Amino acid sequence: MIRRLAARAVGYAIVFFAQFVTAVRAEWRGIEPVRRQRVYFANHVSNADMPMIWSVLPPALRRDTRPVAAADYWLKSRLRAFVGPEVFRCVLVDRRPEHRTSDPMEAMIAALDEGSSLIIFPEGNRNMTSDPLLPFKAGLFNIGRQRPEVDLVPTWIANLNEIMPKGEVIPLPLICTVTFGAPIHVGEAEDKDAFLERAAAALVDLAPERSLRKGETDVAA
Amino acid sequence: MSATVNDILLLSLGVVALLATLTFVGEVLRTRVPDGATNPVVETFVTRVHSWWGMVILLSLALIIGRTGVVLLFAFCSFAALREFLTYTRKRQADHLSLAFAFFVVLPLQYLFVGIGHEGLFGTFIPVYAFLLLPVISALRGDSQMFLVRVAETQWGLMTAVFCASHVPALMTLDIPGYNHRLALLIVFFVMVVQLGDLLEYFFGRRIGRTRIAPGLSPKTWEGVACGLAFAALIGGLLAWITPFSPLAAMFMAAVSFAAGTAGNLVFTAIKQDRGVKDWSHLIPGQGGFMEQLDSVIFAAPVFFHITGAIWGV
Repeated sequence: MIRRLAARAVGYAIVFFAQFVTAVRAEWRGIEPVRRQRVYFANHVSNADMPMIWSVLPPALRRDTRPVAAADYWLKSRLRAFVGPEVFRCVLVDRRPEHRTSDPMEAMIAALDEGSSLIIFPEGNRNMTSDPLLPFKAGLFNIGRQRPEVDLVPTWIANLNEIMPKGEVIPLPLICTVTFGAPIHVGEAEDKDAFLERAAAALVDLAPERSLRKGETDVAA
Repeated sequence: MSATVNDILLLSLGVVALLATLTFVGEVLRTRVPDGATNPVVETFVTRVHSWWGMVILLSLALIIGRTGVVLLFAFCSFAALREFLTYTRKRQADHLSLAFAFFVVLPLQYLFVGIGHEGLFGTFIPVYAFLLLPVISALRGDSQMFLVRVAETQWGLMTAVFCASHVPALMTLDIPGYNHRLALLIVFFVMVVQLGDLLEYFFGRRIGRTRIAPGLSPKTWEGVACGLAFAALIGGLLAWITPFSPLAAMFMAAVSFAAGTAGNLVFTAIKQDRGVKDWSHLIPGQGGFMEQLDSVIFAAPVFFHITGAIWGV
């Protein structure tokens, strides 16, 4: 009981902090913020990605939405083991096949079957390259294949790499935007690679930085 | 209760009466919209009036608290405006530390110097020392790509959002013989003539505007600006009793502030268009971001501060 209240309080503190530091804001471009079962799949550049998406979801949606996260990260210390599983109610999966005791796919499907929505980062790791996205792992395709009725929603987090680049300690209070695009589904005859390519394209299309970057090269040239 | 606080309350009541009328008009317009439908113009108007309520209440409270209240309020506005501005500037990871410096060291220090009323410090700290120091911090990281662009854009953010905006609370540090206990009212005068002038310029620009000032950039028209200028001067004249100015001088000061403010608005429209943004942010419902609210104040504040100081100060 006390732990649940504490988890609730920490959750509100995280939302407040995210909104104060980055004035984080949701842009509902392709969907409405209504209670439907969804898998939000997002680009991953920073450890703050997941809390940002979590913070912009309206509280009623947030309660039903569980981030899929790496067990090796969230079980590392007692604090993380409280924040990950209890505040965010993460679905923990093991990234290292040799340590696995359970199948990550099963854990995600089980969470969906309980009625939860999911937040996943199909790149698997944080993107440290200058490419907009790393190649997607197969999980998104498998979820879409096994639970075709669930909406797969591309979710672009803009600006976080400038707010908190790797190796820096002080976050900059710039404005972060989370853009939710139109949902996609796995086609009848679509194979894995074709679908993952389409999913990645749908995600990159939401990126506002692209037009700015273009302006940058114009100046440089 | 001092005479100054009395006058602040009196003016607040006047503005509250005006807002109550606008709220009433908005609600009447709303009832005319058929059930189930929404009229976007009416909805925007109603949200804007709600935001004005918030601003008027906050500014009144800050003014009654006194210099500390005003300094803290504008420090927060500067923070929000700088955040909006720097979100859209060009920067690289090498600038991370100098940007963090701008937010967490330069901004608080500037407002501290305003708070203690040290004009020598708050007048030179940003345009001299911050401008010399921040590029050094960026250069030490050894990345020269677009260096001048990065430095210049950051500095312009600091110049406008922090340095210029801090001249509003700095009005309370002026030394005007016989008026020093009423300096809070100078802020009321300044904010009212600039904001009401903006509003009337927008209204008349839509009604009778024909000739655009900067075609292709802004919908502002010479007719709208002329009306705004005339009404700002008129409002200034009517408010002369709360200032150290004679009625004619108050009209002049109001007109100058309005003109500088309109120029600021135009410049920020150009920046937004270049960066491809419609609004700086969505933090103030119905109005866009803090920058939208402050762009005219930013240009007008130093001008108003310096003319007042030069003619009426000691």
